[in-house]
Amino acid sequence: MSTALVTPAAPATDKLTKKALTADHPTWCPGCGDFAVLNIFYRVLEKLQYPHENIVCVAGIGCSSRFPYFMNTHGIHFIHGRAVPLATGISLSRPDVHVFVFGGDGDGFSIGGNHLNHAARKNIKLTYVIMDNFVYGLTKKQTSPTSPIGFKSKTDPTGSIDRPINPMRQLLASGATFIARTHAAQVKHMEAMFERAILHDGFSVVECLSECVMFYAGAFDDSWPKKGGTFDTIDETQHDVTNDVAAYQMAENLAPGKFGVYYQVNRPTKNALEQKWIDDTQSKLGGASQKDVLKKRFETMR
Amino acid sequence: MSSAPAPSSSSPTSLRNAVIRLAGNSQDGIQSIGGFLARLAGRTAQEVMTYMTIPSTISGGPSIFQVHLGSGEVLHEGDEADVLVVFYKHSYENHIAALRDGGICFYDTADMGPEDIKNERGIIHIGVPFTSATVEAVGGSTRDRGKNMFVLGMVCAVFNLDKEKLVGIVSRQFGKKDESVLRNALLAFDAGFAYQVGDVEKFAFVPGEATSGHRISADGNQMLTLGLIAAGVRYGSAYPITPWSSIMETLRAELPKYGGLYVQAEDELAAVSMTIGAAFAGHLAITGSAGPGLSLKMEALGYASMAEIPLIVVNVQRGGPSTGLPTSVEQSDLMQAIYGSHGDSPRIVLAPKDVEDCFYIALEAGKLAKKYSCPVIILSDQALSSRIEAFEEPDLDKHWVEPTLDLSTRPEGFKPYPLDSITQHAPPGSKMAGGKYPVSTGLEHDEMGHPSGSPKMHTLMTAKRRNKLVQLSKELPLPVIHGDQSGDVLVIGWGSTYGPIKESVDRMRTEGHKVGALHLRHLHPMPDGLDGLFKKFKHVVCVEMNDSGLYGYGQLATLLRASLADPRIQSVCKTDGLAFRIREIVTGVEKIMAA
Repeated sequence: MSTALVTPAAPATDKLTKKALTADHPTWCPGCGDFAVLNIFYRVLEKLQYPHENIVCVAGIGCSSRFPYFMNTHGIHFIHGRAVPLATGISLSRPDVHVFVFGGDGDGFSIGGNHLNHAARKNIKLTYVIMDNFVYGLTKKQTSPTSPIGFKSKTDPTGSIDRPINPMRQLLASGATFIARTHAAQVKHMEAMFERAILHDGFSVVECLSECVMFYAGAFDDSWPKKGGTFDTIDETQHDVTNDVAAYQMAENLAPGKFGVYYQVNRPTKNALEQKWIDDTQSKLGGASQKDVLKKRFETMR
Repeated sequence: MSSAPAPSSSSPTSLRNAVIRLAGNSQDGIQSIGGFLARLAGRTAQEVMTYMTIPSTISGGPSIFQVHLGSGEVLHEGDEADVLVVFYKHSYENHIAALRDGGICFYDTADMGPEDIKNERGIIHIGVPFTSATVEAVGGSTRDRGKNMFVLGMVCAVFNLDKEKLVGIVSRQFGKKDESVLRNALLAFDAGFAYQVGDVEKFAFVPGEATSGHRISADGNQMLTLGLIAAGVRYGSAYPITPWSSIMETLRAELPKYGGLYVQAEDELAAVSMTIGAAFAGHLAITGSAGPGLSLKMEALGYASMAEIPLIVVNVQRGGPSTGLPTSVEQSDLMQAIYGSHGDSPRIVLAPKDVEDCFYIALEAGKLAKKYSCPVIILSDQALSSRIEAFEEPDLDKHWVEPTLDLSTRPEGFKPYPLDSITQHAPPGSKMAGGKYPVSTGLEHDEMGHPSGSPKMHTLMTAKRRNKLVQLSKELPLPVIHGDQSGDVLVIGWGSTYGPIKESVDRMRTEGHKVGALHLRHLHPMPDGLDGLFKKFKHVVCVEMNDSGLYGYGQLATLLRASLADPRIQSVCKTDGLAFRIREIVTGVEKIMAA
């Protein structure tokens, strides 16, 4: 970034409104939890007022991964499971843009599971919202990595037998520096989690339980007060968010479990560490032009 | 070794070229002394081509380094050696057949004796105590480390090489290390130089033709890497795999000097995805791998074709399929490079013809990726990746491309996927005057990037992605035929076979055949109008290092037959993991001519 000839953008003048951020009408089913996620994301962006042209929405494949079409921002709808490495490429090469990744449990924990671990340990500066519905919805009801044991799907007609992933524990082990859990029906809580995640300087992940009304209706009723459940939030006067062992213990039972920030710690981002390396390397070159650096290299090969 | 008759026994025989094969184990430092000889050639206006084998084990195992030095054009690594230097008895047994009749073999008396010698074909055997003489010269507890430098000194004396320049090259290399390392290296070198090899002919190269510019020596992976930097590449990501890794290692170390960044990814899928991310973000970006890794990248490359994302992908081919022959050469990824994806996913495929061309092909790949906004695959191979050649230093004032990032405001009505022109994306950071921001997509889409399942739109968009390559094929210059422009046979090659094919054609022409050589650097699309060139020859033969397949044709031959429907196109193929020897090509082509 520091070297390329940048054609400057025109100064941002317009206030960022929900209207300016709205694009195509979502193709989600009526009642889908993802609508609320989209609306709250609009609201948080309205609050943060980043320059419109510097917002990038990235997604892989799945119902929730249609997100970029519904956001009027720069966007990229990529392939299944690889949204996180793609976003890594954007984040590391463009410190001026804000990178947001949206996806589901299949993208995040199954086909893209390995990428999640590595982006987390490298602490890439970006925010990742995993809209977890415990089912493969776009492909019409197959078992997902977060489907509970006994869940009947087209690929487990007599009920799932595989232990589901525990997203909080998985993320804690991976080295993510901001880990939170929220519920699409709890919009105020979701808004607070999104805002804290976005303002975190590092790899921030929010798992957002978002109901699939077609293929797993009622999946999250047990944490939805309106449906008779209990929405149990983390009391940060009692839970030290920098204590990963405590967070791990708290995540023992996520059915329905607690909601809020499980873990947050400051660790240098790969973005910052790489930039420092670039700066240190360049400072040793005595201001030589890039072309001269390569010419010098050729001289050593004579 | 082409040599003039010796004028007298005291003065060295003058010669134009010689092939020296060093055979030992991989830890003997054979590669480093071979590299010194190659670099010396570059500095003394000589031509050089090297060839090495590396065991695919972690450490140890037999290894060779062959250097073909010449005062004229050197186009191949040498069919057979003029001089063989063997470090062990097993090296002798495995490589004596590669020595020409009447050649010279130096062997280490530590591991074999006169009783192991096969006295045949007029070969002159000279036993030299590489190991004990080195230990004696260096002293201390160094054991036999440094015997490679002893051999280098000996070769320097036998061939009357420029000792001062050679010592300079050695000193620069070892000077970076501990002082004692250089001292020991030079002690061993001097001992080898002074060693009296006995009653053996001494040689001297006739001076090479001095050129105006500077000459450099490098291997293909080095030149590809530096070409990418000169092309304006500043970002990318990859995963280590032989023989690609040295490109990513160099990019990782070098790009920060240019304000860029190269990232080691967790796997091939992440590597291509990160690279597409950097390309989407507006940069010229590159990923790379060898054959198996390219296969893993294919889904994302299909995306890049669909979303029209420009990026460069290097594939340093090796023997396959699967893990195959990781340290051997093959040209069996051509079909994979062109067609190896799901759906109709047009992309550009280029192949460098020699080490020097690795630099220029990278420059061209950068220009084409940007102009046509699609993936550009560069097909190099294991032989090119590691062999050293000497050539003129590229003129950076002429070729340097400054990296750009266009964040200008896009006008109202901006279409990311216009049907009437080539896509040029608006990267993040660019304001949209019309207020509508673009989405890059892998779903079939309309001109604005909205998902579209319309049969008409898929037809139109498939044609849009294909037609830019059709346009390129018309813009490409027709390759120039080397040798006869019409006649008996046109020999067609691609990639690293350029030199051996040219040499073979020259040899066949001296035997009275009318033969031309045509080399394709642009493999997809190929330049328009090849059929017109083919018509002027009785036979058309594709020489390739891949399998002749079920129907008897190699991969390029299959493509040419399919696209030109010319039944005269025949194949000379081989799959032994080694570069073509001249006589293999000549014999193969002559067989087709005789049929």
